[in-house]
Amino acid sequence: MRKLLTATISLLLLALAGCAATPTAEQSGAAVEDRGKPVGPPGPVPAKPTPDSGAKPLVDKPLGAAALKDPGNILSRRSVYFDFDSNLVKDEFRPLVTAHARYLQQNPGARMRIEGNGDERGSREYNIALGQRRSEAVKQMMQLLGARPDQIESVSFGEEKPRATGHDEKSWAENRRADIVYQGE
Amino acid sequence: MSLPDDTPQGRPAMPTAIIRPMKTSWLHRLVCAVAILIPLAPLSPARAALTIEIIGTGATQLPIAVVPFRAEGGLAQQITPVIAADLARSGVFRTIDSGGLNPLPHEPQDLNYSTWRARGADAVVIGAVSQLPDGRYDVRFRLMDVAKQAQLAGFAYTATAAQLRLTAHRIADVIYETLTGAKGVFSTRIAYIVKKGKRFELQVADADGYGAQTVRWSDEPILSPSWSPDGTRLAYVSLERKKPVIYVQSLMTGQYQAVANYWGSNSAPAWSPDGKRLAVVLSKDGGSQIYFINPDGKGEPRRMTFSTAIDTEPNFSPDGELLLFTSDRGGSPQIYGMPVAGGEPRRLTFEGSYNVSPRFSPDGKSFTFIQRNGGRFNVAVQDMTTRQVQVLTDGTIDESPSFAPNGRVILYATETRGRGVLSAVSSDGRVKQRLSEEGSDVREPAWGPFPK
Repeated sequence: MRKLLTATISLLLLALAGCAATPTAEQSGAAVEDRGKPVGPPGPVPAKPTPDSGAKPLVDKPLGAAALKDPGNILSRRSVYFDFDSNLVKDEFRPLVTAHARYLQQNPGARMRIEGNGDERGSREYNIALGQRRSEAVKQMMQLLGARPDQIESVSFGEEKPRATGHDEKSWAENRRADIVYQGE
Repeated sequence: MSLPDDTPQGRPAMPTAIIRPMKTSWLHRLVCAVAILIPLAPLSPARAALTIEIIGTGATQLPIAVVPFRAEGGLAQQITPVIAADLARSGVFRTIDSGGLNPLPHEPQDLNYSTWRARGADAVVIGAVSQLPDGRYDVRFRLMDVAKQAQLAGFAYTATAAQLRLTAHRIADVIYETLTGAKGVFSTRIAYIVKKGKRFELQVADADGYGAQTVRWSDEPILSPSWSPDGTRLAYVSLERKKPVIYVQSLMTGQYQAVANYWGSNSAPAWSPDGKRLAVVLSKDGGSQIYFINPDGKGEPRRMTFSTAIDTEPNFSPDGELLLFTSDRGGSPQIYGMPVAGGEPRRLTFEGSYNVSPRFSPDGKSFTFIQRNGGRFNVAVQDMTTRQVQVLTDGTIDESPSFAPNGRVILYATETRGRGVLSAVSSDGRVKQRLSEEGSDVREPAWGPFPK
């Protein structure tokens, strides 16, 4: 229980820290995130992560799940971007992957799907395999950080579900991506 | 699973050779072919038809006249315009106008050969249609050689009104084979994916783009359709379960089932020539690797490749002994060949840094694939023995090539003005056809087998 509580509090702190932070060097470093959709609502982030924040932060799961959707929390960031023809998880995405790995470790019942994607160039089936390799790279990193393999299903959409539909490097970069989706989302 | 070999419309009577009997194999083939009009009964007809545009011509074009058949004017589906369009589309024929003749010849004794010689025709197709007491039609034709003043082929068919178009394709097949020596593919069918807004449709159409029917639709992507060797089933990949899952669907009943839904991604299905197994790509053990499964999904997958690289896009040789696939085990995606009985994969492509999507030719002597040249992705063919490569297309993004069952044409997907269209190129690269559907994005074509 104490462990749970500690985890809960640290998550809450993490969440609050996220809320307070204005765009930092690290966030702007992850510039690819900003190309597509904004990760949260515009304007000031609400101070309270949940309506009853502070009242009873004793139950781990509800808070955890809330953190996943809290735009100020790193757990609300779900996309890992890759370079052309690469499945290397770049340093700028390590904090994100680490946070999700920790979440899985702290929520043994949590399950996620990592959806690999690729740009439109080349064979559709080969791009499914490239997307698979990307989603597996993220999964492997999470396993090394303590997540159980059965918590993560890595799959691939290849080039089939592009987020950006242009035919240029900007769109291609946006589509070379692995997305984290929790069960029930 | 046993499949009926008959149709709800009823089996058309045996076509009979006129005057000069043909080989029994021919008769048999025609009977079975017309009889197995596979119904797509539970499926919905697609709205628009694919339209076809022909670019380029064959090295030599055979001049042929297709004279309107007697009494075909009253039919809802006329026969000779379909025959003429089939022959013209192949790029191998040039159709000669038969206008201004009165009366039109329908029987050999009506033919004035000097007239046709003057018009430049080497061959003339004549025939007649008559309605039978049961409402069906008797369609008969003769292919006449102008120089020899002799009949080259002649058949009679019994067909329902719904079978008239297929009968016309059958006649075009006979003409094509008689005059070129290769089997015609006008009566075969193609499968492809149409994207309409957010909706994806798996469609099957006649080789000329007519009669398109939607086999399956989904709001999630569908890709990689693959014909069973007997033409009665399609395997394909659907993302409807938020991940790639392989389905097999009967074209007779419309019923479908997931046959590979393992942990991770399931994709790239390819039928073995005997129809008894599917080569598929699974990531259940980590990485994309090739496995064999039963087409009903029962039993354990048998792993066929053991690499830490990507192994995908398997394709069986026509004799079932060799498997082609794409792998980046050497650092870049290249095409490899591997004996199905076991043995080390051998790299087959060496030109360029991106060679993918291999498909064997029907005779097994070559394979078609996609090669990247600079920023372009094009259809190429490589000879299995000499390894000589011929690039056949010059589009920007050409994808998913597959041979027609006679080996003379390769169907593929390409893009014009940001929209996906289907194209076909003759295996010598000379004739191109473009099949497009207004306002739609068409991709992932697969040419079906000869009807059994």
